[in-house]
This record gives sequence, C-alpha cells and structure tokens, in this order.
Amino acid sequence: MPRLFGLCLSFLTVLSTAAKADDVTSFQLDNGMDVVVIEDHRAPVVVHMVWYRVGAADEPPGRSGIAHFLEHLMFKGTDAYPDGSVSDIVEANGGSDNAFTSYDYTGYYQRVAADRLGLMMELEADRMTGLTLSEADVLTERDVILEERNQRTENSAGALFGEQRRAAQFMNHPYGIPIIGWRAEMQTLSRDDAFNFYHTYYAPNNAILVVAGDVTPEQVRDLAETYYGPLTPSDALPVRARPQEPPQLAERRIRFADPRVAQPYVIRTYLVPERDPGDQEQAAALVFLSNLLGGEGATSLLGEKLQFETQQALYTSAFYDGLSMDDTTFGLVMVPAQGVSLQEGEDAMDAVIAEFMETGVDLEKFESLKTQIRAANIYAKDNVQGLARNYGEALSVGLTVQDVQDWPAILDAVTPDDVMEAARTIFDRRNAVTGWLEREDTTEVTQ
Amino acid sequence: MIRFVFACLVSVVAALPVRASVDIQEVTSPGGINAWLVESHEIPFVALEIRFQGGASLDAPGKRGAINFMTGLLEEGAGDMDARAFAAARDALAASFDFDVHNDALSISAEFLTENRDAAMALLHQALIDPRFDQDAVERVRGQIVSVIQSDAKDPDKIASTTFSALAFGDHPYGTSLNGTEETIAALTRDDIVEAKDRVMARDRLFVSAVGDISGDELGVLLDKLFDGLPETGAPFPGKAEYQLSGGVTVVPFDTPQSVAVFGHQGIERHDPDFFSAFVLNGVLGSGGFGSRLMEEVREKRGLTYGIYSYLYSMDLAELVLGQVASGNDRIAEATEVVRAEWAKVAAEGITQEELDAVKTYLTGAYPLRFDGNGPIANIMVGMQMEGLGVDYIATRNDKVNAVSLEDVKKMAARLLDADALHFVVVGTPEGLETTN
Repeated sequence: MPRLFGLCLSFLTVLSTAAKADDVTSFQLDNGMDVVVIEDHRAPVVVHMVWYRVGAADEPPGRSGIAHFLEHLMFKGTDAYPDGSVSDIVEANGGSDNAFTSYDYTGYYQRVAADRLGLMMELEADRMTGLTLSEADVLTERDVILEERNQRTENSAGALFGEQRRAAQFMNHPYGIPIIGWRAEMQTLSRDDAFNFYHTYYAPNNAILVVAGDVTPEQVRDLAETYYGPLTPSDALPVRARPQEPPQLAERRIRFADPRVAQPYVIRTYLVPERDPGDQEQAAALVFLSNLLGGEGATSLLGEKLQFETQQALYTSAFYDGLSMDDTTFGLVMVPAQGVSLQEGEDAMDAVIAEFMETGVDLEKFESLKTQIRAANIYAKDNVQGLARNYGEALSVGLTVQDVQDWPAILDAVTPDDVMEAARTIFDRRNAVTGWLEREDTTEVTQ
Repeated sequence: MIRFVFACLVSVVAALPVRASVDIQEVTSPGGINAWLVESHEIPFVALEIRFQGGASLDAPGKRGAINFMTGLLEEGAGDMDARAFAAARDALAASFDFDVHNDALSISAEFLTENRDAAMALLHQALIDPRFDQDAVERVRGQIVSVIQSDAKDPDKIASTTFSALAFGDHPYGTSLNGTEETIAALTRDDIVEAKDRVMARDRLFVSAVGDISGDELGVLLDKLFDGLPETGAPFPGKAEYQLSGGVTVVPFDTPQSVAVFGHQGIERHDPDFFSAFVLNGVLGSGGFGSRLMEEVREKRGLTYGIYSYLYSMDLAELVLGQVASGNDRIAEATEVVRAEWAKVAAEGITQEELDAVKTYLTGAYPLRFDGNGPIANIMVGMQMEGLGVDYIATRNDKVNAVSLEDVKKMAARLLDADALHFVVVGTPEGLETTN
C-alpha cells in the first residue's frame, strides 16, 4: 500500500520496547542528575543526550512557546563557547547535534565518535548554567520560530485542525496549548521570558543524562562526574503539578474547513490514562486495543471492515501513546473513500467499534500481536538511539528505569479480557472529541 | 526540533569508514546472483536490501504511474493468499517488508528473525514472483493513489518540487510525478500493472545486500530461492534527461501564509573526476548545518526562514544542484535575493581555508556515524553497488575528501555555481516576486 497522504499523521502506536536489563546501567550523581547508560559495542559511536524535566506544559500562562523558544536560544552561546560555536564544534568533530521540545520534556543530543564523549559533556554542562543572550539574537531567533510555525502549522490545514482539536480536548490542562505556541503570544516572547524559564528549570537535579553506544558505565560515570558533577543543583525547582483535566461529561465536536484540504477525514480522540510508575497495566491493554482496532490496515479490525469489506475507507487507524505525564488520548481515524461522506464514515467507524464490543478480541490476531511485540524487542536492539530516546522520554515523564524494563513483561501479560475491560472504560463519546476536516467547498449537513 | 529536517533526496556518496570493523563479503550464489554481506551475529535477525535499477522511470509511454501503482500492489496478495491473508502470514512471522519506488530504483527492504528465516523468505518470494494483482486490490490502491495525487496538488512543498521538475525535464520521466495523474491512473488496467512489473523487476538490474545473522553460504542459497522465477531482462532504460530551464523565477499562486521556494540549476555527474570538489563545496554552501553559508545568511543573520539547504542531486539520468527555503509571503523575496547573492559570491570567490578545514573534519569524521545498525549498513552497501563502487572504495573515500584543495573548490565553484542560471519556483502569494520571461 502506498504511504497515504501528506497529512503528517503519525497515527500509529509504537510497539514500545526496552533494552535487555543487562545492557542498561543507571545511577545518580551527587547533585541529583540521573544517568542512564546503554551499551552497544558494535560500532565506535555514542549518542549523548541531556533531557530536562520541563516542557511546553510547564510554561507560565500567556507565554506559550517559551520552552521551545529557549531550546532554540540554547544554541546561541555561552561565555566559554560564544556565538553558536557548540554546533560548529560538534560538526568539526564529525558529529551531528539537535534538540527537541515536547509537552513534558526538552532534550538535546549529539551523535559522535565514542572518543569525543567528554567534549560533548563539557559543552552540554557549560550551557546548562552558562547561557548568554543578546537582545539582537533573541529578536532574530523569534523571527525564526515564527517561520517555523508558518512551516509546520500555518501552511498546513491538517496541522491547524490538529491544534484546534487539542484545544477542544484539553479545557484546563496545558496540553491544549500548542508546543510551538499561539502566534500572538510567540510574537511577544522576550529575552527575560527565556531567562526566567531557563533559570527556573535548567539544573542538574532536573536533568537526565542518557549515553548509548560504545562506552562502559564506568567511563560514563567518570566523565559525568568530571563535567556535570561540579554543577550546583537548584533548591527551588517547582513541583510539576499542572492544572488537571476535569472529568469530561459532554461530547465535543468540531468541524474545520479549509480550501487547502484535498482529503477530508474524521478523527476522534478519547481522554485516557497514561503509563504511571508501577501502574502500567491499563496502558498496556490500550496498546493492544489500538493495534487490534487500527494497527496494520490489512489485519486490524477497522482496516478489514472498512478498507477491505465495505471499502468505505481509504485509510483507518487507531493510536495511543502512553508516555505522558498526565492524561493522554486514544484516537481513531477514518479517511473516507470517494463518495462516502464524513457522516457515513463516522457512522461506519462507530458500527465497527460497537460490533467489537459485542464480539470481543480475535484470539488469532491477539497471539500474532504478541509475537510481533516480542520480535520488536529484538529489532529494537539494532537502533541504540531509539532505545536511548525511549529511556529519556520515560524518565522525563516520571517513570523509572524499572518501569521501562518491566514494560515488555507487562505487555506480554495482557489478556483479551484486559483489552475488553479497557475498551469498556474508554469508549464513551461523552469522553471524546470528534473532529471533521473538510474541504471548504463541501457543505455536508449533519443528519 | 530546532533543525529543518530535509527531504531524503540528498545524493550523498555512501561509504563505510576506514576505522570501522565492518567486513564486507562479496557473495555469489550458486545460481549467479551477486550480493554484499556483512555477517553480524549479535542480534538474531537479518536486514536485506533489494534494488531494481530504473525504478519508475521505466514506465511505458502513456502509462505514467504504472510502476508506482504496481509497487503498491506487491503486498496486496500473492500465490493463494489475498491481501489480508498475506499480511496475516507476514505478521505471524514478525517479519517486515517495505516496498517503495523512486525514479531510479524500486526498493524492497526486509527484516526477519533468524528463527523464521525460511518461512519469511518463502513469503517474500511469492510477493516478488507471484503477486496476484486482484481486481479488488487494484481498485483499492487506485483510490489511495488518486487521494495522494489530490493531496499533493494542495501541498506547497509538492507543488514546488513537481513544478521545478516539469520545467527542468519536460516530457522525460523525470519531468512528471511517478504517481501519474488522475487521468493516467484512471486508465491503467490490470494488464498494464502486470507489464509494469516485468519492465522493472528483472535479474539484469538487480542489486542485493544483507547484514546480520547469516553466513555467506546460507545467503547464497536464500537468494537463489528468493529470486527463482524472476525474468532475466526488463525494459530498456530511458535516455538522459535534457535540462531545459534557464535562470529566473516562476511563481505558482497558492493561497497560503508562507511561500515555499525550490531553486537550482544543472549539477554534476556522480562519476565526474572532480565530484568530490563539488561535494565539499556544497558542504560549505548549503549542507543544512549551522555553519553553512546559506543557513548563516538567511536564518542566523536575518531570521528569514526556519530552514534552508542545498544539495547535489545526481541522479542516473540527470544532475542538479537544488535547494529549498520557505519564508512568509512578505519576506520570501528577500530570502531569494540573499540566496542569489551568496551563490554569486561563492562562485566568484570560493570558500575560505577555515571553512574547507572544518567541512573536511566534519565529512571525514561523520563516517562512523552512518552505519550504526544492520538496516543502515545494508542500505549503504546496496547504494554503493548501484553507484558502481567496489568494496575497496571504502579505504580511499576519506582520502578523496582530504585531497580536495582550496584551489579545487574555487575552480569547482566557478564551474558549477551560476547565480544567473538559478531558477526559483515559488509557491504562495509572494510579495515583490513575479514570474520572469
């Protein structure tokens, strides 16, 4: 099947994985910085990552986008390494570097030859506390993030639709605010905003170091103590208690039309629990539920019924990502075939779910999925950067190394009854947002 | 993410590092199929990469889109299995098969566990040799492709790149989308799909590499079974694509807040003796890193864009130097001016010794980072074979980068870069830019 649409929908549930426990070592520095080491000696390469336990959902009211803006500004320089020289040094050492901001974390990473690890730590430790910013740098970079918003969001009807859906989903929790920020608020972000955020959250006791590749835990410990060890911890880290989403009691529906929409679709997201420390069983059941309903088009229930039997859909999917600090979403997608209205598409999707609630889990498919999840653990070992990312993300959202390592066994222990129980808990339209993305020229009428 | 993640079109020479302890075996199967293998028994699976050279450019006249269509159908049923039975069998084995096509190759990437090796390869063999192309699958995939064509028509990035290709290459396959048009797709029949397969999937254009838990002997036996029944020869390759564009601007009006510009002119052949001078030159001009001239001038100094890059797009039948930038409609004119000025400056002056040293350290040091896993190594190896490089090339690759002198780059800049020949295709409602000519 061709990859469908330029919709930028990564509507797939990753069959999450973890490295074998004996390849992973974790410890904490005296200043509170957490360290995870994943060994893979097949190539002389390391990935060095520093994750901060702060993201867009921790921003002050009215300052949306500041977490991501600060991430950009972190490349501007320090007294020791001025004028953006960090990236130059990384590249001059044959490495590549980048960074990312999410709702719950902000991360910085480099991939380099293993013998350059100490230098990477020196650079990253330096900018954890030594950032300098000129007013001119801040203003120019603000233009850059506004162009980034143009590129990612304003130029894409699907992205604008997604932003509106999130805002409808989270009435009280900051997950309803876009990570890149609302345009009007981004335009007012200042040097002071950036420094306030930086000084509040960037400290060794709010950071996680993940090193993966051709190193030993002893080497990492020595280098980390040398470079990160001297940094002073913050004694004023805010408690990460965001405004929580109240129970949703009424169905929410939105319709978004734009002349740039070529392919309309229906998407529904239910508010559901995330993976919690020591309590990941329901999340594991939701992973199975999403794969059974909408994993692979030719074998999932939505795909079989709507793409193959009735041919009402061009594409269907179900998705769930449990790596989140607070409540997250479980989603269903239905892209109708030509001549099928969004209402017909949504009705057909609901009919499949209703039938599933009656007939239950197909045991053959359930077993096949278990085989695939076990295999995913083997394939995942080929991608040490992916493993590093998995640990960094999990620890950033409050899980422990133990939780990450328990996850495959928890997945393996899920039963069909668990899946149905999870389905009964979440499938209630009073607990969901349903969105229609429409062509501007169509005027579909809800019956 | 702070960096602009750019399309994976970049034609970079792929090679393995000198320092890497990667041992490539050249395997010839008992039936005469050549393959490159790296044995690696740490993880019990194999990554297998298969290429059929020519790809979608082998579409028959009037049948544009047929090879892409056919590629989308390879996993939609084979032998006595319909699409769903095939997918269920693959999932039960926890194997993955990815089928894809571009204008120079049809590619198949497979990963399978050692414990399921024979069964997984028997399944893939059926998809390669005996795909069903059932009528209901044909109609299902046809619907998907039409949707993709319609979506591309409203995507400013896609409009920009397809417009540039059309202006540059006209009627040559490189000048049109490999998806075809709604009209060509509507007209394609099951017979066209069957013919499309035989045009491209043949032994005389086959390249294979494998990395993982398998020996050379085992791989040879595997390959003979896997490709048993494949036709010996496919369709003749099309001729070179003549570059038909001159300098200027083409505006494609599209109502969206940010204009997307694709720019470029003729490039350099991969086999040109001075290719490495061009490769190093582009590393400084626009490789996408923060140190590059375009990134520095357009983003870092002026904040005109989130990302800008240029690259050598050396295909089998044509060569381009291409770049891309996106800026708000009120700022794109300035961005294009800055690009043109920097292009002219580098063409006239070349680069500095400091830039040359930095880019060499980067390019040579970056090698080991490229092959961190069975999948990436298999991918690199099959690319090397298609470019006609030998396994011995690996040992000399860094030397070729290091041998490029400041004078070489200056000569190449004067030869390759031509600001007057640069053509910008701008999609949006740009202020202060109009179509020239």
